[in-house]
Amino acid sequence: MHSKSAALRLHVESTLVGRMASPFRLTQNELPITVPAGIPLLDQVTGGLPRGGLTELYGPASSGKTSFLQSALATRTRTASAEVCALVDAQDSFDPACAQSAGVALKQLLWIRCRTLDNAFRSVDVLLNGGGFGMVALDLSDTPARLVRQIPLNVWFRLRRTIENTSTILLVLSRESNAKTCASLVLRLERETVAWSLRHSLRASGILHTPACLLDGWTTATEIIRSSSRRRKLHFLNQSTIPEDQDHVRFTLRSKEIHSHLPDQERVKDPG
Amino acid sequence: MAFAAIFVPNFIFQSIARSEPELRIQPVAIIEGSPPTYQVTAYNRLAQILGVNSGMTKASAEQFAGVQIRHRSSAQENIAHMALLDAAWSVSSRVEDAAPDTLLTDIDGLARLYGSEEEIARRLLSRVSELGMDANVAVSANVETARILARAVSGLTIVSPGQEWRFLETLPVAMLAPSPQLAEIFQRWGVTNCKSLASLPVLALSERAGQEGVRLRTLASGRGNRPLLIAQPADSFLEFFELDDAIDNLEPLSFLLGRLLQQLCARVSARALSVGRVQVDFALEEAFESTIVPSRESRGARPSPKTFSCTLQLPVASSDATLLLKLLRLRLQSRPPGAPVRKISMRAEPARSRAVQSGLFAPVSPDPQKLELTLARIAAVVGQSNLGSPQLLDTQRPDAFHMGKFSVAVSASPPLQEASRATQTAFRVFRPPLPAWVQVQRNVPVRVALQGTLGTVVHASGPWRTSGDWWEERSWQEDAWDLEIQFPVGSETPQALYRICYDLLLEKWWARGVYD
Repeated sequence: MHSKSAALRLHVESTLVGRMASPFRLTQNELPITVPAGIPLLDQVTGGLPRGGLTELYGPASSGKTSFLQSALATRTRTASAEVCALVDAQDSFDPACAQSAGVALKQLLWIRCRTLDNAFRSVDVLLNGGGFGMVALDLSDTPARLVRQIPLNVWFRLRRTIENTSTILLVLSRESNAKTCASLVLRLERETVAWSLRHSLRASGILHTPACLLDGWTTATEIIRSSSRRRKLHFLNQSTIPEDQDHVRFTLRSKEIHSHLPDQERVKDPG
Repeated sequence: MAFAAIFVPNFIFQSIARSEPELRIQPVAIIEGSPPTYQVTAYNRLAQILGVNSGMTKASAEQFAGVQIRHRSSAQENIAHMALLDAAWSVSSRVEDAAPDTLLTDIDGLARLYGSEEEIARRLLSRVSELGMDANVAVSANVETARILARAVSGLTIVSPGQEWRFLETLPVAMLAPSPQLAEIFQRWGVTNCKSLASLPVLALSERAGQEGVRLRTLASGRGNRPLLIAQPADSFLEFFELDDAIDNLEPLSFLLGRLLQQLCARVSARALSVGRVQVDFALEEAFESTIVPSRESRGARPSPKTFSCTLQLPVASSDATLLLKLLRLRLQSRPPGAPVRKISMRAEPARSRAVQSGLFAPVSPDPQKLELTLARIAAVVGQSNLGSPQLLDTQRPDAFHMGKFSVAVSASPPLQEASRATQTAFRVFRPPLPAWVQVQRNVPVRVALQGTLGTVVHASGPWRTSGDWWEERSWQEDAWDLEIQFPVGSETPQALYRICYDLLLEKWWARGVYD
């Protein structure tokens, strides 16, 4: 029996000579390089955003997708790496003032304001083929889900192949999951409890400009739908410090605060 | 001392063939004058074989099958001459502009850079060839000898010091360019070549032919030398092309633009420079409709052609003709000339080439030249105004920003180090703001209708009054509410946290955006 299997192995190896080296050796792909997204709890569980891979973030409105995006942009543009990032805004929803207060260096950000889904994908295609960006974000959050579903899967495959073996992070925000297995990391976000301070004072006081209630923020629950780096770790190392059932992470988003350690916001005069 | 002379034979033809290389393999006759008395002033070898010669009328030249007729262009000759100068300056900084088709260069001291005299001469030849012309180069210790030999001998001629007379002795006296009177005198004397002229006694020659005759004798014996009159390098590069038939299609226009860009970039590169700015001017053809309506003012007066300009300002100087052509094509696709093009003028402003050493730990950033092309391609898709880096305006007005030009800073300022930062809620803006219908009870919104769907307010925060720019026409005053609105299950508008504003000036409710 052993001689038969050895003969068969020899026969296969001799047939594949020149076409495949060591056909019986299991090749292990290297783990992708990941970078932090700026949310410590999430980075600890997921390992961060993979370079050269597609990360998909989906969820309903007010689930925290844009907050995640701004945190990632701030981390890429403001920290020691100071990379150049691009945002393809399919419905022109980006708020520069909010982004700057969140720590995004606007000078390091290329903002592409689209009005149609076709323009958005064409812009992403040109950006990824041009190369050199640390992160390219495609924001489809306000695009109706039925339109995004019409994008064929091969488009997502092509985007993934374009950034393979590069150091660019492709981050896609949408209402539903569309990239499927093309994505290296898929996260589903859902808003849980909303924090309102002074809730008992729902009625406005007599003076209009005195707020009766404050929106403090909310807690977002994140479910890790797919993570190629984490699955590989669990499969091969079997010694992961991450609990195997920890597919859910909760993090809190706070409303805008005044950060005294940030420099004065740079503003320009209206050119008219 | 060593001098090199560059001579472009049949310069009139070569100046035109520089823009149309395909003419080199066709019989070509160049005509000059005014209609109907056009006469042939230059022709190439293939036309000469067919029987074309100088002084022939245009009609006679057209009788020969396959002969291409071109008008002589002084502008093309000027540009060819400038290109010739650029080729010479790329090797030596001491150049004399002797004639439109002749340059004299001092190549003394260039041995360390380029090698022997022959290697220097070959480099000059190849530089001129790169710019679209064929030339003769002669090297000699005597500048006048070099000039004469470049005109007389095709290809490359290297004269050893002291051997000038050997190269000159068999040349006809006409190569020395004597005046007609002197030429007649020499002919009567039977002096036909430089050897016989050089053997004439000086005193007798000066008595009969004057100082001019003595000068020519000195040239014939290879001893005429003089200092060069150094020409100053020009700092502008111009190419142009005039079409017989106007072009209204981008594809053939791109072909011509590419050719002009290649010539410009070759000239700029020859001077160790790059292109910082390109301006292209198109002379347009008048529309047909405007030419058939004669008016009292225009009768008898020829209408001047319209022009269309296109300027490329490069953030980083480049001498890549392919990149420049792609940028120009994208620019013309988004903003075409609007009429057929009859003439193209292209001017390049030179700039120092950028030399940047990439750092080992430098962050990822796009190549500036590639980035320019990427931005141009995206601008062709979404429009130039929808692309760039946002810059906040110095006002408290909501959503006030300006789209600035995006560029990669060569020397970026040190990034900020933030210790711990709580993740901040983000806001998504509705552009334009969505009109909203709001039902208010006891000064608090209780129901909101957005995009045709009615929802119930679960929680409300506000109002927050903001106002500003009272001294300007565009003043604003509004009360903002943060509302958690619940819409019916299955509706298009989801349940979310909205910012709804009441415009006190317009007395209308708007949805400014949603927290996400």
